[in-house]
Amino acid sequence: METVSIWIAAILTLGIFSFLYKDNPLYKACEALFVGVSAAYWAIVFYFDNIYKKFYEGAVTAEEPDYFLWIGAILGLLFLTRLIPNIGWVSRWPMALIVGATAGLWMVGYFVSNAMNQIGNTISNIIVRDAATGFIAWGETFGTLVILVGVLSGLVYFFFSKEHKGVFGATAKVGTWFLMVTFGASFGYTVMSRMSLLIGRVDFLLGDWLHILR
Amino acid sequence: MNFFSKLMQLDRRWVYLLLVIVCLSAYYADFTVPTIVENETKAIYDFIEALEPGEIIFVAVDYDPSSQAELHPMTYALVEHAFRKDLKVIFTALSQNGPGMVDQALRDLTDSLKLPKTYNGIFYEGKEIVNGVDYTFLGYKPYYAIVITAMGQDYRILFPSDYYGTPLDSIPMMKRVHNYDDISLLVDISSGSITDAWISYGQGKFDFPLALGLTGVMTAQYYPFLQSKQIMGLMGGLLGAAQYEHLADNPGLAKDGMRVQLPAHLLIILFIIIGNVGYLVTRYRERKI
Repeated sequence: METVSIWIAAILTLGIFSFLYKDNPLYKACEALFVGVSAAYWAIVFYFDNIYKKFYEGAVTAEEPDYFLWIGAILGLLFLTRLIPNIGWVSRWPMALIVGATAGLWMVGYFVSNAMNQIGNTISNIIVRDAATGFIAWGETFGTLVILVGVLSGLVYFFFSKEHKGVFGATAKVGTWFLMVTFGASFGYTVMSRMSLLIGRVDFLLGDWLHILR
Repeated sequence: MNFFSKLMQLDRRWVYLLLVIVCLSAYYADFTVPTIVENETKAIYDFIEALEPGEIIFVAVDYDPSSQAELHPMTYALVEHAFRKDLKVIFTALSQNGPGMVDQALRDLTDSLKLPKTYNGIFYEGKEIVNGVDYTFLGYKPYYAIVITAMGQDYRILFPSDYYGTPLDSIPMMKRVHNYDDISLLVDISSGSITDAWISYGQGKFDFPLALGLTGVMTAQYYPFLQSKQIMGLMGGLLGAAQYEHLADNPGLAKDGMRVQLPAHLLIILFIIIGNVGYLVTRYRERKI
């Protein structure tokens, strides 16, 4: 059975790779299969984890049913009213709840972790001292200064209410360079990431499938 | 048509072909690639190395098969290190296809740990890792932000039983374990936005030591959290996994992969240089610069 699954995986891998040459029916078949299997897998997981385990076992068959789950179930069912044009507007209620709750939930946490903590650490502890000796750690201090300059010049670059001229323009230019370095680092990591995925597939084809890996 | 004009119109399939040839050649060439370990990876290794036997780490396996090639080696290296150190591990998978990843890793690691091995000069007896004693796999639940927040109160709120259906209260290692206060480290190995939630709702709210293992695409984006000490360590892509394997003296898929990455990267750098030279020369000849 394992041999069959390895062969299927190998053929599908080669089918997807065939797109590198040009679009073809094998690639389209593999792509369609992937979309179909993913959707089916998602549906099964959704059914067993949400509807069966969480709702049915929690609100219907449990010794002490959690009646709050019925609120969620009813709101979920209201989504289906979209299928009936006359009362389709009702589906906006559960949608409003999801949007409101998600925005509220994310707003505070995201603001604290991605804004406040980041700003706090950028403007404090600019001079870093070695924990053991108490002397200035020049390497780390230089790093914090680079971050400070990068943050400030980057912010200036995105300030469009004033023309980018003179000192302001020069600072914005420095910000542009920081952004370029950031994009370059991201691109470098992305190349590495994609190569890793290729290596993973080649490992599979040469090792698990063809058994010709050293 | 001169050389540079031809270069600018080169069919990209030649690039793919060359890349494949270089990759395949690297598999069969006999050479080694030195591993230079970065502080952010070493911080994770040192932290786990300093933990006492019996302490608990939490490993969130938040990736699916599409990132397996990059992130599985990280999970293998880190979890094997933890088990060899007699640490206990709680797993979750908040990505929908994640449970399969944990399942596969546990099966492979169970086999690997049965063998006696010597790492960094220290001999480790082979051992049987037992579900419920050495590890607990909580499984998958949707809406990760809510799950992460709820686990800060008690794992039992959303996971009354583990992935295999055993009630958490009857699992030996979970008897006195309720929330993040009872773990020594949380490592999120992730290929998506779940990491943001671990930082905002997990570490931000409950203040536990958090380490990240990320795909290469994501890595640069999360370095600011390292600088602000919101995370204590970071492993980036296959390179991060190779560094961890090197530190743990447990070479595996990632270190093997580095032998292919190096020539492939050199080829890509060469392509970038040639492409830019071709572009600049062509533009110069057209007197556009």
